[in-house]
Amino acid sequence: MHKFLIHRKGDHVGVATSDIMAEESVVGVYMDDDSTVEVSARVDVPLGHKIAVEDCEPGGAVIEYGVQIGKAPEGFEVGDYVHTHNLKSARW
Amino acid sequence: MEQREILGYRRENGKVGVRNHVVILPVDDISNAACEAVASHIKGTMALPHSYGRLQYGKDLELHFRTMIGTGSNPNVAAVVVIGIEKNWTRKVADGIAETGKPVAYFSIEGHGDLETVRRASWKAREFVQWASELGREPVELEELTVSIKCGESDTTTGLGSCPTVGVVVDRLLDEGATVFFGETSELTGGEHLVASRMATPELKDRFMETYNDYVSFIESQAADLLGSQPTQGNIAGGLSTIEEKALGNIEKTGTKEVIGVLEPAEAPRNGSGLYFMDSSSAAAEHVTLMAAGGAVLHMFPTGQGNVIGNPILPVIKVSANPRTVATMAEHIDVDVSGLLSRELSLPEAGDLLLDYLRRTANGRMTSAEALGHREFTMTKLYPSA
Repeated sequence: MHKFLIHRKGDHVGVATSDIMAEESVVGVYMDDDSTVEVSARVDVPLGHKIAVEDCEPGGAVIEYGVQIGKAPEGFEVGDYVHTHNLKSARW
Repeated sequence: MEQREILGYRRENGKVGVRNHVVILPVDDISNAACEAVASHIKGTMALPHSYGRLQYGKDLELHFRTMIGTGSNPNVAAVVVIGIEKNWTRKVADGIAETGKPVAYFSIEGHGDLETVRRASWKAREFVQWASELGREPVELEELTVSIKCGESDTTTGLGSCPTVGVVVDRLLDEGATVFFGETSELTGGEHLVASRMATPELKDRFMETYNDYVSFIESQAADLLGSQPTQGNIAGGLSTIEEKALGNIEKTGTKEVIGVLEPAEAPRNGSGLYFMDSSSAAAEHVTLMAAGGAVLHMFPTGQGNVIGNPILPVIKVSANPRTVATMAEHIDVDVSGLLSRELSLPEAGDLLLDYLRRTANGRMTSAEALGHREFTMTKLYPSA
């Protein structure tokens, strides 16, 4: 059973559809082609929050829906929790 | 799924409504008391108290009149009693509504006082409500409906589930020839290029980008940190991190069709049926009030964390894909599409559920917001009064 969904192939992040625990190995489904990916969570990720499925370099653009949703000043790695602490708006 | 017939109210100007309200409409804040007194005397009528209408000028005053006249003209309203402090503005609102052909009467308080005004207005309200109570529903087509959309207390589940569900229904409504309004100008930030690319003509695209840039320039001129306001605290608690992420979820609900018009706030469309963008605040009550004034008769409202908004004349249908919200705030949620997250429900199936609920609501089923008495009527104010 999947525990997160990813909008599109190439997105950096997926969204938890159940609470995810640290160290847990969880499956995500890409909504555009129904393929799956397995990720080991580095920390807890609550329902509705984002887990990284791709690494992002410091200062890199963060992609979701196939579109930039902001930038990651410190970067992040696969399995990281991605939210306001490490993802900032590129607009305001 | 078998399609349910829709029974609506056909008004004097041919427009179709799904409710049959008799409204007691204050032109200004100081006429609220008289309107509320009339509505409490005459059962089945409804006052729409609000906070403005005095010393406004320029575009802000134009918007006030457009909202007042548009609200009274909405096809969900059978008849209107207008009450204002001064005769001229009161008559202007009544005359604007009267262009629809529906029954309208107006009363000004100056020179009479509240009690005499309430007495005279109550007689008229009684006449209107008894007349309206005999109006019947008749079969109408989906294409005759104007439907508005806006989401609120969004989270990541709105982008994953409830907004795409609304998007499916928007596409189906437009295929049937209906009219749909969307807006939330600042909440397109990060995806404004996606909306711009769907404008039917280069002129519309320029007009849209000008409208968008004006709104966002104003916000930026306030030099405030918007984190916690837009996105809201609730958005952030629900997992949304940036305005761009919120906007991309939001835009999912607009479907995939071409946009055929850019409307001023509270403006009624003049280019026939299709998808329209309306310049508007992203605050739920302000937004829905503007959409109702533009002529929307049904509203689809995706929510993630659980926005509880309603509107006095426009039924607001809440749809949520957040399994926690549909459990903890069940009384506010009309359509549960949380099965999209567990993948037990497909997007076309979710669209069927919502479209059927829209038809039932059109036929008279009360929404959760109507049953709970949510009647947020909130005027948009462009700048301070003189």
